Amino acid sequence: MTQHFQTLVVGAGPAGIAAATCAAEAGSRVALIDDNLEPGGQIWRASRGKPGPDTSHGGGAAQWRKRLLASSVTRLQGWSVFDQPEPQTLRAEREATAANFSYDQLILATGARERFLPFPGWTLPNVMGVGAIQAMVKAGLPIRGKRVVLAGSGPLLLAVAATLHDAGAIVVCIAEQASLASLAAFSVSLAIDPAKLLQGLRYKAVTLGVPFHTGSWPLQARGTERVTSVVLSIHGRAEEIPCDYLACAFHIVPNIELPSLLGCRIEQGFVAVDDLQRTSVSNILCAGEPTGIGGLEMSLVEGEIAGLAAAGQFARAKRLVPKKRAMSGFATRLARAFALRPELKDLATDGTIVCRCEDVACGALRHHPTWRAAKLHTRCGMGPCQGRICGSAASFLLGWNADSVRPPMLPTFVSSLASAEKEALP
Amino acid sequence: MPKLPQPEQSGTIQIMLDGKPIAVEQGSTVAVAIAIASLPCRTSVTGQPRGPLCAMGICFECRAAINGIAHRRTCQVLCEPGMDILTQ
Repeated sequence: MTQHFQTLVVGAGPAGIAAATCAAEAGSRVALIDDNLEPGGQIWRASRGKPGPDTSHGGGAAQWRKRLLASSVTRLQGWSVFDQPEPQTLRAEREATAANFSYDQLILATGARERFLPFPGWTLPNVMGVGAIQAMVKAGLPIRGKRVVLAGSGPLLLAVAATLHDAGAIVVCIAEQASLASLAAFSVSLAIDPAKLLQGLRYKAVTLGVPFHTGSWPLQARGTERVTSVVLSIHGRAEEIPCDYLACAFHIVPNIELPSLLGCRIEQGFVAVDDLQRTSVSNILCAGEPTGIGGLEMSLVEGEIAGLAAAGQFARAKRLVPKKRAMSGFATRLARAFALRPELKDLATDGTIVCRCEDVACGALRHHPTWRAAKLHTRCGMGPCQGRICGSAASFLLGWNADSVRPPMLPTFVSSLASAEKEALP
Repeated sequence: MPKLPQPEQSGTIQIMLDGKPIAVEQGSTVAVAIAIASLPCRTSVTGQPRGPLCAMGICFECRAAINGIAHRRTCQVLCEPGMDILTQ
């Protein structure tokens, strides 16, 4: 079965919501397809039992949700896109059913994921991402009275510390790998920005009474059935800290698998777009983090531009371009402030697993020249996540570039593939 | 599917986890239910216990069998009354 829409938007985070809403308000027949159960993406993810999005990160979450719900957008939640069976058509799966969605204009708003770097013990249960623990708590994980160490890098560390604290967790400490000097430079640069993100959040950490260590990172997670302590390098000194959870991620990386599969040009790891968010492939636009890690406000304005451009409202879209340009320096400064220090490349020992799907250790990878050679010889990156976790780790550790993306993009029910072939018959 | 007792209090539902009934708050994901039971979601190819890493449907570490369908990403599925979950 194929459903046709004038504008199809993939991803219902801030960029996708803005894109779909603006396109629909401009008269386009729009569908918004997303693999989560509710719109909002990661940053606006709602909490269990609380209707509506998380408004604590700002960006007008409640207003955007209201606008989306009031619009004519067809919302397709719980659908994962896995293939392009023919030009201008995407195939998606929901539980064990599959369907095709064709489009005139496609807007990719696939967001970003956390970057994970391997260190001894990082595969233990209760070691998870920073956004991950926040998502788990929002999904009902009881956290009251639990000791949580937050580590890694990025503005999310402080935001999540506040969420966990409010939920009754004991946030033992925050270890940010970036140096105080680079964060200070970033904070100063924020003074001229609309979103004084880090400044405000550091205040928050101080008011929470949580120790915030810069230039600090995890060396090892310890435990047998689950993590029971973490050894942190705090200003060059190793310190073992007992904990119930270690939330650790090193900033975020863009989800560029679908844009890559569709042939969109990728430049330095991001989807290349013009002023109006158009990619190198005609009729395909891209908005939000896949075009550069620029944060919430940037994602929203890119979404608005893409939505208007897809609906043919070029003049209105162009009027938003200066607003986008004014924010573009933020992405560069964010990347600079949270750049990964080289010491993190030495955390994984030969025995540390890099590919968690196939349990491939770092020692088995090091002597291969390329990602492809390592995949063929070790099965690294060939498990269910298809290299989404170990690929960004290997890229940092070994300087490898990811392979081309091939369908199906995700493990898929055989019935979903089989029915595609059946439908293709005359 | 076996008939299960009605929820004892409003807001909680009963599910079967590895053959045992457990009560969870309505709106909890299956990944959360497994975490509350202090179980790993799956055992890795070399026998290690694993739980959720990304909690957003990307890493596949939280996969388990739900109502007879293996390899479901439990972080993306809400618990429903009588749901039958098997860690793998």
